Amino acid sequence: MQRTSEVGDDYFHKVVDCQWACPAHTPVPEYIRLIAEGRYSDAYMINWKSNVFPGVLGRTCDRPCEPACRRGRVEAEPVAICRLKRVAADLKSDITDRLPPPAAQPNGKRVALVGCGPASLTVARDLAPLGYQLTLFDGETKSAGMIRSQIPRFRLPEEVIDEEVGYIEALGGVELRLGQPIDSLGALLAEGYDAVFVGSGAPRGRDLDIPGREEAKANIHIGIDWLSSVSFGHIDRIGRRVIVLGGGNTAMDCCRTSRRLGGEDVKVIVRSGFEEMKASPWEKEDAMHEDIPILNYRVPKAFTHEGGRLTGVTFEVVEAVYDADGRRKLIPSGEPDEHYECDDVLVAVGQENAFPWIERDLGLEFDEWNMPKVDPVTFQATRPGVFFGGDAAFGPKNIIWAVAHGHEAAVSIHKHCQGQDVAERPPPGATLVSQKMGIHEWSYDNDVSNDRRHRVPLRDKAEALANVRLEVELGFDARLGFDEAQRCLNCDVQTVFADKLCIECDACVDICPMDCITFTDDGEEAELRTRLKAPAENPDQDLYVSGKLATGRVMAKDEDVCLHCGLCAERCPTGAWDMQKFYLEMTHAGPHA
Amino acid sequence: MTYITKPQLHHPSLRANGLGYTRRDYEGSVSTLCAGCGHDSISAAIIQAAFELELPPHRVAKLSGIGCSSKTPDYFLGASHGFNTVHGRMPSVLTGANLANRDLIYLGVSGDGDSASIGLGQFAHAIRRGVNMLYIVENNGVYGLTKGQFSATSDKGSKSKRGVVNHDAGIDMVSLALQMGATFVARSFSGDKAQLVPLIKAGLAHKGAAFIDCISPCVQFNNHVGSTKSFDYVREHNEAVNRLDMIPPRAPIQVDYAPGETVRVQQHDGSILSLHKLAELYNPGNRAQALGYLQARQARGQIVTGLLFVDPEHGDLHDAIGTVDTPLNQLGEAELVPGAAALAKINAELQ
Repeated sequence: MQRTSEVGDDYFHKVVDCQWACPAHTPVPEYIRLIAEGRYSDAYMINWKSNVFPGVLGRTCDRPCEPACRRGRVEAEPVAICRLKRVAADLKSDITDRLPPPAAQPNGKRVALVGCGPASLTVARDLAPLGYQLTLFDGETKSAGMIRSQIPRFRLPEEVIDEEVGYIEALGGVELRLGQPIDSLGALLAEGYDAVFVGSGAPRGRDLDIPGREEAKANIHIGIDWLSSVSFGHIDRIGRRVIVLGGGNTAMDCCRTSRRLGGEDVKVIVRSGFEEMKASPWEKEDAMHEDIPILNYRVPKAFTHEGGRLTGVTFEVVEAVYDADGRRKLIPSGEPDEHYECDDVLVAVGQENAFPWIERDLGLEFDEWNMPKVDPVTFQATRPGVFFGGDAAFGPKNIIWAVAHGHEAAVSIHKHCQGQDVAERPPPGATLVSQKMGIHEWSYDNDVSNDRRHRVPLRDKAEALANVRLEVELGFDARLGFDEAQRCLNCDVQTVFADKLCIECDACVDICPMDCITFTDDGEEAELRTRLKAPAENPDQDLYVSGKLATGRVMAKDEDVCLHCGLCAERCPTGAWDMQKFYLEMTHAGPHA
Repeated sequence: MTYITKPQLHHPSLRANGLGYTRRDYEGSVSTLCAGCGHDSISAAIIQAAFELELPPHRVAKLSGIGCSSKTPDYFLGASHGFNTVHGRMPSVLTGANLANRDLIYLGVSGDGDSASIGLGQFAHAIRRGVNMLYIVENNGVYGLTKGQFSATSDKGSKSKRGVVNHDAGIDMVSLALQMGATFVARSFSGDKAQLVPLIKAGLAHKGAAFIDCISPCVQFNNHVGSTKSFDYVREHNEAVNRLDMIPPRAPIQVDYAPGETVRVQQHDGSILSLHKLAELYNPGNRAQALGYLQARQARGQIVTGLLFVDPEHGDLHDAIGTVDTPLNQLGEAELVPGAAALAKINAELQ
């Protein structure tokens, strides 16, 4: 196999599973250690720099980091990374003096941003300190886009949104034009901006065109529009019996909101199987905790109505069959159709982008689905100077993706405005530093905690269901936050091996609690994986392989379940193993980009 | 030494043996020896062997004397019986324990100081009596605890870390054990677990005095150029005479060597030692030849390793003195105090 030391920074980045999985590549273990130290403001600032909305994301993130977390492979559940982020946001002190100062003078460049959601706000955050004049347009009268309109207040209090949008406004050069929808990109471009960023989200909820839709329309609502009306205080009641159609996170927000607005008998009914639902497992759990049953394998056939009033929904009962390629098909099960009575239906079966306001003669090419063609690296459209990000770029994802897009688009906009090639991307900054403090002392706490994942305390159910604006999760306090932070394995503190120092004494092999290390003959990776001390059966995780040692063998370490406890380095008599912290920071728009 | 305890988390594929124990269940507390000590590798090999043999931990007694090596029983088989005895006196305590309770599996762990200097007489007599045990000497040829003086097994002409040349003849523990009548004699190297683990398994299963001289480099004081017990020196001069597979009783026997290359030896417990010959002329069934071979190779500077001698039929101390099958510590007053009539009968026989 190729020696791993010749592979480069990406190798060590990939070992930090959470950071690798995060679209914004937030240095997760670093801020978790700071939380354990009680340095909440420092932890917050690492997040703020990387993902812009720590308080919001600490409550709402789709957390791609958690399924990737190594702890989930060595124990039952991953570290509660998302809710630790909230700890940093909740317990920090005033950080306003740590924000970048407003630019000394404008740089003379003007950028228009369509939409005032997470993608546009991220672009604004990155560009404002560089002296840009940024104008954000939004049809709503309040900022933050879907963060405010679609996420219910019982999950995300308004103060948190206002605080974090406020940090961006405070950077100077940022003008929010709220209540001003853009209805023509051509007209906007004619105003002579140096660049335009489209971060208008995926604002259109899909409808369900089945019999009875028109007749019963008074009691059939599109999920995201309905959530938005609740958020802005236009709706404060719903019928006693509610059916939510759909299996994504919007469906979960709809059913839980219904429970707080008078819905006593609320059901989620979904086409797919329970396991395949798009909603995150924890969001399903939260819904079921609020006495909301989820019925699966039921395809809506018709809305029933009487005298112009909705009476219920008829469903065909289906079952899943898989063809030879493993593709799922839903076929009728043969069971009789089922009818469920209800007073209101919320349709949450997906959402899509819509660009009726972009003229087709502006030099922007559209694809076969009538979506603008956007470069997945630069986020530039086919017309130079026009950029897309967030849901507007590649369809509905979630906040952390919008933030990641925003950072990249900001780099492109900066390059575009400086007359540089947007295709040349700045590499991330990376450092690798030994953590050795003494003979057997490390700068990090290498004693692995045996705690199982801590649950976030919840408000009493009756109290929580009585008020749609009362936050239901109480968050970890300092003590629970510390205990949960200690579960982190510090995967960024890497096991670095120096071939030349090794005397092949086997001390590391003997002490390793996970049987990760083997000294054996070299070979091709696939074959080598089968003859390690413990088989390396997770091909997504790399093998760390040395060059040839004195006996002709190589050292092969399976990264899969390494605890980063540092015992290999503690037991190494020659310092061939060392624990070195790998810190990777994405390069945002600025002097280096 | 290490300050944290070894994490309880383990590899997801870690399997349990027939008793339901994983290999990790046979561990002890974290070693306080120097990083890289060969002794820790031997502890790991003992753990592996006990796991593979499916030994019930509470049926094992581990005894040791004084020294780095004699500290190690704390680092393996944490659920077994242990006795850290007086310097050089482990063989006597082990003999006594074995006489009192013949049902336990006895593992004596000692070092070159403990067994070749202060305890040389004890060592010799426990071996010649045929006490049923596995006696392992963790042999590093140096006094590590007192910072690196030559020990009695240091080879003549070898150099200390400070450059002093040893002028005394080294004691060869293997030759001594052969001469004293050990019925299972092996030499191995802490840096070669593939060889060491089967030898420990076979030694534990052997009935009678089993002895393993295990060369174990002292990374701190005896792993330099000029040492004859360093990793590099042992690897360069190691001459393994055979490779051992230990096949437990009732396990299917797999033949993976051509006939004639493999010798099979059945032990008392039904286990089979399958010996793959590496040195063509070496015969582990002949004590005199073994001694000659060892001396000839030693003269050429080679370190002979492997299973050097085994006599599976000889029996142990209990056989020799005819004790009852029931361990003596389980006999009640009725058996131990037969009464005046029995005493009179014995006295009459002796008149």
